[in-house]
Amino acid sequence: MSRRVVVTGLGVLSPNGVGVPAFLHAIQNGVSGIRFVPKYEELKFYCQVAGIPEFNWEDLRNYLPEVTFHGLRSIGIGYGVKAALDAWTNAGFAIENDKTLWDTGCVFGSSVADTDVIKNAIEKVDAKESKKLGSRVVEQIMGSGITAYVAGRLGLGNRTISNSAACATGTQAIVMGYEYIKNGSAKRMLVGSSEHVDQYTFGTFDSMRILSRKFNDRPEQASRPMSQTACGFVPGSGAAALMLEDMEYALERNATIYAEIVGAATNSGGQRGGGTMTAPNPEGIIQCIKTAMAGGNVDPNSIDLICGHLTATVADRLEIQNWSTALGRNEENFPAINSLKSMIGHCLSAAGSIEAVAVVLQVMHDFIHPNVNLEDPDPEIVRMTGGNLPVTMVKKEINTVAKANFGFGDVNTCLIFSKFNHHG
Amino acid sequence: MDRQAILDELKKVLLPYTENKELLNGITEDTDLLKDLKINSANLVDIIIDAESKYNIEIDFDSAEKMMTVRDCINVIAEKVNA
Repeated sequence: MSRRVVVTGLGVLSPNGVGVPAFLHAIQNGVSGIRFVPKYEELKFYCQVAGIPEFNWEDLRNYLPEVTFHGLRSIGIGYGVKAALDAWTNAGFAIENDKTLWDTGCVFGSSVADTDVIKNAIEKVDAKESKKLGSRVVEQIMGSGITAYVAGRLGLGNRTISNSAACATGTQAIVMGYEYIKNGSAKRMLVGSSEHVDQYTFGTFDSMRILSRKFNDRPEQASRPMSQTACGFVPGSGAAALMLEDMEYALERNATIYAEIVGAATNSGGQRGGGTMTAPNPEGIIQCIKTAMAGGNVDPNSIDLICGHLTATVADRLEIQNWSTALGRNEENFPAINSLKSMIGHCLSAAGSIEAVAVVLQVMHDFIHPNVNLEDPDPEIVRMTGGNLPVTMVKKEINTVAKANFGFGDVNTCLIFSKFNHHG
Repeated sequence: MDRQAILDELKKVLLPYTENKELLNGITEDTDLLKDLKINSANLVDIIIDAESKYNIEIDFDSAEKMMTVRDCINVIAEKVNA
């Protein structure tokens, strides 16, 4: 029997707010987390701005045993551990526990293991000093590092999986956790993603000439999804996590339910039909959105809000076109659409989970967060959407939200979140 | 360097790898790093690397494998320091 899946915990480290209260305040007020990075000017990057969470490393002492903290160097793991444990405690669960929790799993994703940690290993090996690396490097450069830290800290004994699907990673982790609970494989899944974009990863994106480069002197204006003057994305770092539970399990323990996930899908366009390594096959996206809606019997006309992928590249127009086709809605009745990236940039693997937390908050608190830097919307996007592109917060009942992310490799993910209604 | 001086320094090396710091108060030469101090066996490698750097010595693979009690550690370190 198919189970219902609800969200009962949130954790977030976003460039514009660390912790749920700060993040909620930031997204309601259009607070930008984009800053100028002097080091990037020195490194001669085209793009010299980035979204970096204000994270106090020492804070991790409250999350990890001292011995574990002592050797931890990977910032991406640090972000992920904090987000995951925050979601866990936010759901009302205790961290300290001697038992293996067989009914609880974890799917946590990232794109690139910490390249600073890898660099240190490379330098030591090249200097013929590999003997000095010690026991703590492998666990921090393995792709499953964050999941291993989180599952170990909490004693999670169900499926513990580390996924990687480029910019679709975060939402894909949520899709996977949702499916495991839905099919009865797990009662609880701690899902999310983390990304620390250090200078090496940043440089590789910069070289593709897809980053915003014209606003280095005005960092807060640099991320401009759907704008006529959009000129590329702004890389961001951070992490977020969601506690997903079987509805019955959550109700039994009287948990506070924030939202329900009513549909989810992930697929690939196969890099055919216009799809490539870096561009999506529109048919793949349309199918993905339709599959997510169909799984939950969601009427496309019931969608109040689209929280898009919308990175501020030429792909924004194509994305809007695909939403329009998938939902069968046009300028007459297009739902409101927003992009969190206008405030925090594109957090790559972390984008999906941070943006999903923003979706849940909009459902919980009945608002649409503003699109900042959208004083000059792309006329073609205005035409397709009828201009339903809020630039200030809109207070409005939000019942159903579609969230999607699309990643290199032509990977797509879509989630449908709904206000929780026990009888719904 | 006498054994007491080595022991005093060794405690500092063991500190970050010992979750329960109180266990270090009762340390004697008979103390077993894994059983008594509850140190994670994977961290023995890190303790050896830290000891090498602290005493400016090199501890070869075979010597390192002997370092299971505080007495073993002091024996190996004393031998290398005074070599």
